[in-house]
Amino acid sequence: MADESRQSSAPVADPISRVEPLARTVDRRDMLDAFMKIGAVSLAVALGAGSSLAPLASAFADSDEKKQKFRYGMVVDTRRCVGCKACMVACKAENKTPPGVSYTVVVENGFGDRPGDRPLFLTKPCFHCDEPPCVSVCPVGATFKRKQDGIVVVDYDRCIGCRYCIVACPYQARYFDFGENYPAVADKTAYAEVPSPEYGQFRKREADESPIGNVRKCTFCLHLQDAAGKYDKAAGRWPACAKTCTGKAIYFGDFNDPDSDVSRLLTQRQPVRLKEELGTEPNVYYLL
Amino acid sequence: MSAKLLKSSFWTAGIVLVLVGGWAWYDRWANAHENTDYGSIVPWGLWVALYIYFIGLSAGAFLVSSLVYVFRMKRFETIGRIALFTAVVTLLLALLSISADLGHTFRSWHVLVYPNFKSPMAWMIWLYTAYFILVVLELWFVLRYDLVAGAREQGARATLYRILAFGSKDDSEATRASDRQIVRILATVGVPLAIMFHGGVGSLFGVVASRPAWHGGLFPILFLVSALASGGALLVVISAIFQDGLRRNRETVIALGTLVLGLLLVDVLFQISETLVGFYGNAPDKIENLKLVYSGPYWWVTWIWQLGVGTLIPIAVLSLPSRKDPRMVAGACALIASGFLAVRLNIVIPGLASEQVKGLSDAFTSDRLSTDYVPSVMEWLFSVGIVGIGLVLFGVGEWLLPREHESAPEEVSHVTA
Repeated sequence: MADESRQSSAPVADPISRVEPLARTVDRRDMLDAFMKIGAVSLAVALGAGSSLAPLASAFADSDEKKQKFRYGMVVDTRRCVGCKACMVACKAENKTPPGVSYTVVVENGFGDRPGDRPLFLTKPCFHCDEPPCVSVCPVGATFKRKQDGIVVVDYDRCIGCRYCIVACPYQARYFDFGENYPAVADKTAYAEVPSPEYGQFRKREADESPIGNVRKCTFCLHLQDAAGKYDKAAGRWPACAKTCTGKAIYFGDFNDPDSDVSRLLTQRQPVRLKEELGTEPNVYYLL
Repeated sequence: MSAKLLKSSFWTAGIVLVLVGGWAWYDRWANAHENTDYGSIVPWGLWVALYIYFIGLSAGAFLVSSLVYVFRMKRFETIGRIALFTAVVTLLLALLSISADLGHTFRSWHVLVYPNFKSPMAWMIWLYTAYFILVVLELWFVLRYDLVAGAREQGARATLYRILAFGSKDDSEATRASDRQIVRILATVGVPLAIMFHGGVGSLFGVVASRPAWHGGLFPILFLVSALASGGALLVVISAIFQDGLRRNRETVIALGTLVLGLLLVDVLFQISETLVGFYGNAPDKIENLKLVYSGPYWWVTWIWQLGVGTLIPIAVLSLPSRKDPRMVAGACALIASGFLAVRLNIVIPGLASEQVKGLSDAFTSDRLSTDYVPSVMEWLFSVGIVGIGLVLFGVGEWLLPREHESAPEEVSHVTA
């Protein structure tokens, strides 16, 4: 298993490093923010809860909004996609997701029926939106958008499993882990002992332990980043779906880097995004 | 039906339902969510619907109690404490429903230490907590005097009263007056709190822009009206069967029945508006939802349960001369209260049961990636168990709650003598 070497060289210190949820929120609708903070203060005052004032202080201090270092995203060329679903398999193999959980899916004619019999396939990971509705609704701030690279993650140890984020996501990018297992895991074969490298946490699958009972989602395979937060395609440290794509339809990269494949494709071609009208600003584009 | 038969069938039903539910409770805690039928497309199911149903009943019953404790309406005085008791019991049942639904129930405290002020659900939980504390306190201050008085008697009930009085022994008129003052303050604060709490639950759904079935400003208001109608209806039923209620609360039952009819009609008006505007607008997602509600696999929930049993029949009973018969009024209100569970199911399930991206449910084969959701046997039995607990709690309350007329001054002097 590749995990051995990865485990020893895993440079990811703590991918879900704890920054207070309020401090790390993106600048979405400042008015709403201000409104919520007023509400928050009155609540805290009403409860006389001194302990809850600490995160509030940081909430007011978050005006020094640091610029996102990387802005990872994908451009998917639908003309190159043959619908083989190898990306789904690669993702399963990489993240060891259980039955019913698939961080990426391939849907047929996701843009609606087409004339003729030529299907259009869409590979659909999490879009890691700039305005993620899933993040706002989480009651405990367990899911958040990472400041450094915009990847939307779930803190399994904080998540209470309410599934409000699944409800709020317009793209069905989130899955609940019901605790079901593939036969190889259920029968406690050697495979069951292989941990998932997700978030660099190397959790083994055990009953009632997170991520069972949590909501799970695509992480752009962030456990493959180096300490500086960079991926390396040549070294194989690249999101599994993009790495495996047989038609090379999935381009992954940093939109902050004007020379990246993804940035160039956006200017050369006509990209579209799903459900623009909801203002979620996805970071995954499709080329038709 | 004689009162005795009613009472024994009530207790039997409660205990049987609790026992039946016991198996499901065991399964839920042993196998977590494995034997549930919801999935990642319909992530909320029967238990969430039950939750919003019960908190609606609670908020509704509480707001009716404010007619007594805030607005001092004499007509409803005899049911004030039953209303508060109902608010507490249904709130507890809501807690049981939602605790089964969470993936990590024992992490619920996270919402206090890791608050996300942008989350309507976080606000809902805080408001729930505040509301719970307030209702329990208010009920205690309403009962305190009677508990102190009753504690002097002999028997099991008096012992329980001594415990519930929490050491309070003061039965002076001055303390009684201050009790009333405290109750009035709590009840007054409680009105906006209950509105925020339950309206907040409506917003929890209403803010979700990705769900056209819910998204919009009407939703919080609709939740409040539904709460008042369903909570009021349940209260009519309980006032009629509780502690010889048909005799003692006869006039109140009839008056409250009229009020419930009005609330139900307003609720129907809102639903008609929502449906007609949605159909006319012809937006595909909205239409898909309306079709699910009115002609999808859940058509019977709408047409038979919600509209037939829960709306048309009771409207007829409450408008025809039968509106003057407290038994008929109570029966109609029982139908209304049960019909609102269909309303709640119709909000939660069809609102979720469609693909967010076309073709999604065919992306891979899994029961968890399906737009079809029918609560599993375990989910149903678990819910049945909750209803059973509710019956048992009301049974206990029937026996335990000091009756309103026992606090009349002449009887009190008799007790203290």
